[in-house]
Amino acid sequence: MARIQVPAILGFYDDGHDLLEVTTKAREAEGFKNLDAYTPYPVHGMEEALGLKASPVGTIARIGLVSGAFLGFMLQSWTSAVDWPINIGGKPFVSWPAWIPITFESAVLLAAFCNLLSMFAFCGLYPRPKTMILSKRITNDRFVLVIPVSGEEEEKRAIAFLQSNGALKVKIVDGIDHEKQQVIFRAAPLEAAG
Amino acid sequence: MSLALEPDEGKYLSSKIKMEQVTDEVLAPMGRFPSLPWHIAFGMAQATALLLLGPVAYQMFNGLGIFGITNPVGWGVYIVTFVFWVGIGHAGTLISAILFLFRQNWRTSINRSAEAMTIFAVMTAGLFPLIHVGRTWVAYWLVPYPAERALWVNFRSPLLWDVFAVTTYFTVSLLFWYQGLIPDWATARDRAKNKFFRMLYSVLSFGWTGSTRDWNHYERAYRQFAFLATPLVLSVHSIVSFDFAVANLPGWHTTIFPPYFVAGAIFSGFAMVVTLLVIMRVLFKLEHYITMKHLELMNKVILATSLLVGYAYASEFYIAWYSGHEYEQYQFVSRALGFLLGTSGSIFYACTFWGMVICNVVIPHLFWSKKIRTSIPAMFIISIFVNIGMWLERFNIFILSLHNDFLPSSWGYYIPTIFDWMVVVGSFGFFFTLFLVFCRVFPTLAIAEVKATLPAPSHGSRLHGHHDDHHGHAAPAAHSHAAEAH
Repeated sequence: MARIQVPAILGFYDDGHDLLEVTTKAREAEGFKNLDAYTPYPVHGMEEALGLKASPVGTIARIGLVSGAFLGFMLQSWTSAVDWPINIGGKPFVSWPAWIPITFESAVLLAAFCNLLSMFAFCGLYPRPKTMILSKRITNDRFVLVIPVSGEEEEKRAIAFLQSNGALKVKIVDGIDHEKQQVIFRAAPLEAAG
Repeated sequence: MSLALEPDEGKYLSSKIKMEQVTDEVLAPMGRFPSLPWHIAFGMAQATALLLLGPVAYQMFNGLGIFGITNPVGWGVYIVTFVFWVGIGHAGTLISAILFLFRQNWRTSINRSAEAMTIFAVMTAGLFPLIHVGRTWVAYWLVPYPAERALWVNFRSPLLWDVFAVTTYFTVSLLFWYQGLIPDWATARDRAKNKFFRMLYSVLSFGWTGSTRDWNHYERAYRQFAFLATPLVLSVHSIVSFDFAVANLPGWHTTIFPPYFVAGAIFSGFAMVVTLLVIMRVLFKLEHYITMKHLELMNKVILATSLLVGYAYASEFYIAWYSGHEYEQYQFVSRALGFLLGTSGSIFYACTFWGMVICNVVIPHLFWSKKIRTSIPAMFIISIFVNIGMWLERFNIFILSLHNDFLPSSWGYYIPTIFDWMVVVGSFGFFFTLFLVFCRVFPTLAIAEVKATLPAPSHGSRLHGHHDDHHGHAAPAAHSHAAEAH
């Protein structure tokens, strides 16, 4: 959330399809840059509409998978064959077929941690007593397009674009109050035309 | 259920359900004082859970002798109930991971509560090995850690594989579940009316804002979890079955065990989901999210897995005969007919066998009838029979196989004592206590996911009039006004 670029124009919608269409238009036809969309659920195709790259979370999880398998296997081999070898029923010290289950489990375990923790890291998520939000309704039923602007001209163009594209409401974010963890809206918000 | 919110033709939910309605209805129980039925249920669950605590405390002082286990039956109803509860957990992961990969969108209404059930069931299951080891206070010896004894655990033992399988399963299920909860905690945070809850939910939501840049990572991680959890859930009960299949005991030493255990686990797990949801949807007024269509689909899964389980029973008998292995043959004949032939066993053991057959193979066939499949009382009763049947199945496999193995001189007989029964019954109290707390303090439906799967919105698009939605609607402008007024 701290990633939001200010000033920015927010356009409120109540439908994911609408937002998707407007977002595509804003980026491709109007040439607005660094857009973001805030939605109550993941809107299918929005990543493409915003031109986001595929998330690297999967790659990190796969690295965790391979490392987990390696570590799990080595733990078993080292303890059973190096640190304190014990002859159990005449089996070889490195009786690898018996180690497949734990190798698999440790692979999955490490992959799961890498998966979730890398997701937290990439999203900048951590437990915090106060969350800076754009609107209380984003997690409920509103879909918000955020257009960062520079200069008055672009600001006007963005407002006009949202108003002529069915936004329920248009708001302007002027800055961020880091102390209070709040965004600062421009005092006199613009009303949507439609 | 209110007629107005029946699911649309060919859909699982009604297109009349609005997003804010989902938020309100799912979060409502979290913000109000619990109802009387909940208090009664919670009180009963806690009272039942006490049955667990008493004997366990008694056992700590007096040793395992208070339970019926002895030679040759060293694994009594504890291991039976452990495997039972681990199996119950499997439905949750199946719903959250496997149905996700198969794009079964109806899962969104039930996945949160089913996953909660998984976690609580595995927690309940985990109690049993801990009690069963006797000296529970040194149960951490099961974990390989560099100790002053310098001795490591035996990695060649299936019992140790079990330690890893169950703890990994629990951890991964918990992480997966928590990821799904994050957007919903954010919803609760933004709706919280007082400062304390706003802060609490903000902490729990990890500062989730709903940005698509975050959803991008979130969705990738979610999909990855599904890929990880799918083989994991299949591995867990396979590894649990190795505890038996790897041992050289007639009735245990069979290659069919891993798939047979997994099918049984899903069978019993779905039955437990039906048992719980039938009550939960009424108690928390969620009938239009967990609709008859959802319940019917779950009943179909129960029917399908019942056929698998029945097939496995038949194949065990067939292989016993076909193998020409006389100990194996003796084991299976005496399981079913021992009380008649006077070979071994007793009426009690025979009841567990035939009870298992009736509950797991015969009764679920009632679900071929659509009328029964869609009747709430019928499915509730059948699901309970299935749960009893699955407990009996494990009793059959473990105890009947153990009590007469190779040499008649080493045969013995096992009857659970009152303490055994108290612990088994008490485990249900423990499980239901956790589940009832969950119903009160967690969002019981995956709010974000349900919203994503709502049929085409009931208002038209502001941009082009109507979407692919085939129902007639009020004018878009009027509708948006109504929505804004909220």
